[in-house]
Amino acid sequence: MAGLVLDAITVPLRSFDLSLSLEVGSTTALVGPSGSGKTTVLRAIAGLVRPTGGRIACGDAVWFDAAAGVNAPPDRRRVGLVFQDYALFPHLTVRENIEFSRSEPADAYLARFRIDHLERARPGELSGGERQRVALARALARRPDVLLLDEPLSALDAHTRVGVRAELQGLLCELGLPVVLVSHDFDDAAALADQVGVIIDGQIRQTGTPSQLVAQPADPFVASFTGANLLRGNAEPAGELTRVRLDDGNSIVTVEEGRGPVVVAVYPWDVVVSASRPDDSAMNVIAGPVLSLVELGNRVRVTIGPIGADVTADSVARLHLRVGHLAFASFKATGTRLL
Amino acid sequence: MKRAVIRVVYLAAALLALIFLLLPIVAIFVHTSPGHLFDQLSNPVVRDAFVVSIKTSVLAQVLILLFGTPTAYLLATRRFPGHSAAVTLVELPLVLPPAVAGVGLLVAFGRVGLLGSSFDALGFSLPFTQSAVTVAVAYVASPLYIRQAIAAFEATDPNLAAASRTLGAGPARTFFRVVLPLARGGLIAGLALSFARGLGEFGATIMFAGSLQKVTQTLPLAIYAEFDQDFNATLAMSGVLVLVSAVLLLTLRIGLVWQGSSSTRSRSPFGLSISA
Repeated sequence: MAGLVLDAITVPLRSFDLSLSLEVGSTTALVGPSGSGKTTVLRAIAGLVRPTGGRIACGDAVWFDAAAGVNAPPDRRRVGLVFQDYALFPHLTVRENIEFSRSEPADAYLARFRIDHLERARPGELSGGERQRVALARALARRPDVLLLDEPLSALDAHTRVGVRAELQGLLCELGLPVVLVSHDFDDAAALADQVGVIIDGQIRQTGTPSQLVAQPADPFVASFTGANLLRGNAEPAGELTRVRLDDGNSIVTVEEGRGPVVVAVYPWDVVVSASRPDDSAMNVIAGPVLSLVELGNRVRVTIGPIGADVTADSVARLHLRVGHLAFASFKATGTRLL
Repeated sequence: MKRAVIRVVYLAAALLALIFLLLPIVAIFVHTSPGHLFDQLSNPVVRDAFVVSIKTSVLAQVLILLFGTPTAYLLATRRFPGHSAAVTLVELPLVLPPAVAGVGLLVAFGRVGLLGSSFDALGFSLPFTQSAVTVAVAYVASPLYIRQAIAAFEATDPNLAAASRTLGAGPARTFFRVVLPLARGGLIAGLALSFARGLGEFGATIMFAGSLQKVTQTLPLAIYAEFDQDFNATLAMSGVLVLVSAVLLLTLRIGLVWQGSSSTRSRSPFGLSISA
């Protein structure tokens, strides 16, 4: 597989400079809040934005090299770019869209993406999921050396999204192409990519596998992005453990070492919720009224004081959890990370 | 009560305005029956003026299309120092009194004008020829096309052009296969406006090209010349221009609907298919 290498590319943006290096072998996701420069990375790779410095190469082909004055136009770079809004040509049929690159007849792609019956339709008549399949088919019919996906799931409603995510997962495995995708959603990125880079203000804060980012977030931002609860407080050693006095008066124990102002990260799936004070190995118990109950797919996020916990709907019913009623959130000292 | 009064005032004002706009058109056709209109087509003055008008207008619009389209595309898609100055310049003929435009053309391209001596050296003279009519029409009518074309190009999604480039199409193929088909409705509307303006051109033409039957006398010039000679001919020519204007107005509306529908959704008006 010919890899994609971005070497110290710099793109000046309105309020900061995008500058990063990236090596893409299989599927890499760039996640970050909107305005962090994610899409600009894709546009720079595709040749739609010209960096002021650095080098972009795909396999043996050098697409951009500021020092050598190389800047291949977009049509000379073998990229398949799937735009966030898909950017299908509204005046052309599905077949004409897929055959626009004049590399291959559309038939194989129409069959592969199960859109044969739509070949004569125009994009305006398609649903969100169908548009995405046409956009993917069009990008792949170009026979690209690298596939770029801009927020591949954001234009879809929650219902379609789950199915499309699974389909996309299968497709990316099959392709064996280097893929760069950008997303503002860590869960989507974790589902689709083996490498995830968290990007903020144009800089990559941390790169790793999704589980590495969850297990060892480099800073509070990465932790919150991966879904952790962040508790601020003051740490002081307590025997072999560390005690953290939280700003809200609660106090928790962690196995990590630290001193002074710290942030404790606790993941919602590591928190146990109970209706009465628990009596088990969890050293940390926070008591308080339930502030909110929010359904997230097949889970319910229960907020108790500063802690969000993910439990099943069945548990909510069994424990008779209601907003305003007293509940207890407990988690083990080993389930915490000090940042 | 008060509301009812206001509604009546609005209604009356609108009605008066519409009648005011329609009345002169109606009056022309009250004075010329269709049969009379056809009779007048055998009148050599009318026929010659019609031919001169169509020849010079069509030629002027071709020039506007050929030079105006790339100009509009450049102004719509690129930002460069002096961009807004260039946009203002393109609109200049719109606010310039046509007679002044005519004088300007004369002192630019005339025998004693800025470029006159170079033209002389090449062995041709522009003023008071049929080419001068074309030049005057192109000068005065071009802003109407270019303005509309800039708006049409600006309304096309830049991501579509970008998508075309990433799919291996160079700038030329991208322009002809993606940008032009999507902007087409707006361009047609602009051309209709510009054609209408050019067909009615009077001031710049008479200053720069004169009013010589069979050579430079267009329909509006002939209308003026025949005004105190043969009022029937004047009416017939006016009738012809009204009919042409009606067709152009219809083209303009269709073009604008088309443009509105092609920018995001692909459906064209009236069930027409718009494939490139």
